[in-house]
Amino acid sequence: MQCEHVHELLPEVVDGNHQADPDVVDHVQGCLRCQAELVQYRRLLRALHNLRTEVLEPAPGTLSGILAHIEAVGERGAIRSLLSGRRAAYVGGLAVATAAAGAGAIVLLGRGKRRVRAA
Amino acid sequence: MPTDLAVLVAAAVDGDRSAFEELVKATYADAYTLAFRLTGNEEDARDVVQDAYLRAYKGLKKFRGDASFSTWMYRITANCASSYLVKRSRNRHENLDDETHLADERPEIDPELRADAASERRRLADALESLPPDMRAVVVLRDVYDLPHEAIAAELGITEGAAKVRLHRARKRLRERLFPLRAERDGEESAHAV
Ligand SMILES: [Zn+2]
Repeated sequence: MQCEHVHELLPEVVDGNHQADPDVVDHVQGCLRCQAELVQYRRLLRALHNLRTEVLEPAPGTLSGILAHIEAVGERGAIRSLLSGRRAAYVGGLAVATAAAGAGAIVLLGRGKRRVRAA
Repeated sequence: MPTDLAVLVAAAVDGDRSAFEELVKATYADAYTLAFRLTGNEEDARDVVQDAYLRAYKGLKKFRGDASFSTWMYRITANCASSYLVKRSRNRHENLDDETHLADERPEIDPELRADAASERRRLADALESLPPDMRAVVVLRDVYDLPHEAIAAELGITEGAAKVRLHRARKRLRERLFPLRAERDGEESAHAV
């Protein structure tokens, strides 16, 4: 078996999830070059695994952006439901989407918009 | 899942909006980190996490407690990033196909930089960024975030076989880039000399 052939297989067998061909195992056991290559792959997997512990600090405004996005789409959906007359679906959705106080505000906004359109 | 998080998830599933907001606060840096690793830049990562949390919010009823909330968010984030990158590549006329990137298989690395005592972590992050997005996604999700092949294939919209092929290619490229053997270095240097 050629080292080049073994090298092609190492990225697949390095994590131990794949049953390696016994010929490959025999070759690696007797070949320093392939052992060195395998060590590099193990090192790579360790480094990748360690990256998991690193949590980046999001740019300022990321959190408020996420919350505003949810809020905005929630309100648009509520307004659309009202306008299309799917009141029942809307009320059902609200139970998930908002607390009672917030729901009142959205209903008002929806009605306001409907009036504007009618005028 | 940590108890506090489990309590928040349960309340959010029951429709408690403020519990969901607390859940976002507790987990968004983690989801953002994954989005950044997948997209390679801050702006895209921000867009991806926004979409991901909106999808999570809408789909909260479907969340089953058997998986951890974090793993569930990773899957949604991966799916959003994948759609986002496809859209971006169309807009910029990029091609995400593996084969088109073969030309830059061995990106040049400044030997001075290589000799520099920069941390392995930094070099690894750079090497990941140099991968084509579709390869990067698979190796990040599998080898950093430990998602099963099946989940990765489902979220990226590819077969498990394709996911594995991409994973092995990505590992090979990272290995070549991070730990060049003497013969490869010599080859590179003579290539530079030409
Ligand atoms: Zn060998």
